[in-house]
Amino acid sequence: MNLQSTDFELFGVPARFAQDAASLDARWKELQRQVHPDKFATQGAAAQRVAMQWSARINEAYRRLKDPLKRAAYLCELHGAPIDAESNTAMPAEFLMQQMELREQLDEADTAEDLLQIEQTSASLLQETLQRVERLADTEQDWGRAAQSVRGLMFLDKLSSDVARKRETLTA
Amino acid sequence: MALLQISEPGQTPDPHQRRIAVGIDLGTTHSLVAAVRHGAAECLPDDEGRVLLPSVVRYLEGGRRQIGYAALAAGQAQDAENTIHSAKRFMGRALADIAQPEKQPYRFVDQPGMLALDTVHGQKSPVEISAEILATLRQRAEDTFDDDLYGAVITVPAYFDDAQRQATKDAAQLAGIHVLRLINEPTAAAIAYGLDNASEGVYAVFDLGGGTFDISILRLTQGVFEVISTGGDSALGGDDYDRALIDWVLAQTGASMATPEARAVLKAAARNTKEALSNSEAAFFQAASGAEKIDISVSRQDFEAATSELTARCMSVVQRALRDANLSTQDVQGVVMVGGSTRMPQVQRAVAELLGKPPLVNLNPDEVVALGAAIQANQLAGNDAAGDLLLLDVIPLSLGIETMGGLVERIVPRNQTIPVAMAQDFTTYKDGQTALALHVVQGERDLVQDCRSLARFELRGIPPMAAGAARIRVTFAVDADGLLSVTAQEQSSGVEAKIDVKPSYGLSDEQIATMLQESFTTADADIKARALAEARVDADRMLLATQSALDADGALLSPAERTSIDALMLSLRGIAANSRDAQAIEDATEALAQGTESFAAARMNQSIQQALSGKRVDTL
Repeated sequence: MNLQSTDFELFGVPARFAQDAASLDARWKELQRQVHPDKFATQGAAAQRVAMQWSARINEAYRRLKDPLKRAAYLCELHGAPIDAESNTAMPAEFLMQQMELREQLDEADTAEDLLQIEQTSASLLQETLQRVERLADTEQDWGRAAQSVRGLMFLDKLSSDVARKRETLTA
Repeated sequence: MALLQISEPGQTPDPHQRRIAVGIDLGTTHSLVAAVRHGAAECLPDDEGRVLLPSVVRYLEGGRRQIGYAALAAGQAQDAENTIHSAKRFMGRALADIAQPEKQPYRFVDQPGMLALDTVHGQKSPVEISAEILATLRQRAEDTFDDDLYGAVITVPAYFDDAQRQATKDAAQLAGIHVLRLINEPTAAAIAYGLDNASEGVYAVFDLGGGTFDISILRLTQGVFEVISTGGDSALGGDDYDRALIDWVLAQTGASMATPEARAVLKAAARNTKEALSNSEAAFFQAASGAEKIDISVSRQDFEAATSELTARCMSVVQRALRDANLSTQDVQGVVMVGGSTRMPQVQRAVAELLGKPPLVNLNPDEVVALGAAIQANQLAGNDAAGDLLLLDVIPLSLGIETMGGLVERIVPRNQTIPVAMAQDFTTYKDGQTALALHVVQGERDLVQDCRSLARFELRGIPPMAAGAARIRVTFAVDADGLLSVTAQEQSSGVEAKIDVKPSYGLSDEQIATMLQESFTTADADIKARALAEARVDADRMLLATQSALDADGALLSPAERTSIDALMLSLRGIAANSRDAQAIEDATEALAQGTESFAAARMNQSIQQALSGKRVDTL
């Protein structure tokens, strides 16, 4: 194992989308117990630097593994289907229409109830897409289509953070 | 110095060797030092039995100075300009950052980077003033144990930015203290509290001190203290409650009391009244300066009304920290109160109302931070072999760089677990561009002008290419102290530039060296003898460590590397045995340390890899 090992290798878990959040969290803490710079505080600058590299690498891996969207994107990339969010924006027309409708609703929303409704729609779409990603990645291993679904996830993720921001301005 | 000993985590190489390690709470109003003695953390008292050291330094004629109670008693009213309170509020700050400087009795000196204060000793930086306080506490610890201090964990408000953290570390260095770690005050409080109560679950630490307010949300599980989010205001504290009370009193009485001395008298009176109001429904505000005299009764209600805006500000920060943690108020199992200002009933009531449960106040709010820092120091120094405490803290404020149009491109978002390294690619915007200026900023706002500027540096020597063709990777690395370093590398040519974020706000190493020399020029034979003895001990330790490293892992070295290390050892052995020049011995020790650095790194890597694969076999 080295700093270039994949996140899955570092955490000793199978390289698949389905993961158990609680055991990832436990594993993260277990790994940090081995490598955190605090464990080598008496051992000088070189030891601190190496420990910091490992510790930062494990934090990076955990950040990616615990977030379904980042984890899915990482898996696609490992399998040669990068997300390329900036250059690859081609999405099915039906999906784009739906997104535009939700965006319009968000712009016009001016009560907490309006927001709740958008949030519920967006949450169920998110759930649906996550299940699709899991099927495409773990069962069918169709990385091209998985990557396409991940791009959809990114739209939904952006939408839900915009809903949260709007909620803050409404309550402020 | 790169010590080469690799031992099992938490184990001291020599079990009989106990290192003196302390926790220091460098506070706005007062500071404390604590250590683990006989298995429990306790605050160390001065020779009059007092654990608090007022964070006050008074500069007197003739190069003398008073620190702590002496400065507080004598300097308060008659020498306000030379009696510096709350220097912590000025750490890493420029004059423009200070709210209403005209309301303070000091003569500020505006200068790029950090402000200074003009005193009878000339200009003093907040770092030097803080170093006086730290040196006093170091002395107290060394007197208590009758031994040299090995190192200290120093606490900082969680919301301190990079400049403020760096200034704190500089102050410790100036006071001759080896900093084992900077840790966040709320996290330290959580350690003291959590270990005392064997708690598990989500806790909020509400820390309202003299000059700063912090909130941290932590998850405690089996010795792991994981900070989920943090928030605060590095310019909101008990001092502001005092000022609000003063403003109210002046408005009621029509008194002006504008001289520096009068301001100091008002400040003391406000503090007395505030403290009295924590225990009774009404108190008198009494102050006299020159011909002016104030004597007015203040009810708790008056005080609460005059300060309600401050309390409300605290509560909205708590709500944001919970939002950042994706938690609601119901998820919080307990609230730990830290800092003397949490004794105010209106603060306790507001916290109880917001979080729906009474705050925990069973540990002394003045001491809890220092106690937690002492526990961590004891473990970092390797004194606690059984200790399994692990701190996973976060950075409080986002870090980024300036891009076109004065906008901030965020590279490390706030609340990331440290240590953290994150990178982003940038490109050139002109044909043939060979240099790129980078401006590192910290803060949550989108415009550079609203964020704190941390450093500027340039990447030069980029090979001329068409606009947009160069790929420049900018990497931000934040270490376990929460301190940032930035590297920029052009990917095709490998041209690199690196900066430890220090120059624009912290002190340069040369400045620190000069200050050290100025403050400790009492060099007599005694000090020289001690320096020589210390240098020889360090040299021996380094030689021993290197030898045992070579015995264990010499195979990692090429013959050439081995020859070079052998030569450095031989040279150090000779100098340490024969020279009486401490500096020469230190230089030779340093040469060996540098010459073995990559060896030390290789051994460390090997040891971590073994530890990780060992664990993996266990879990499979």
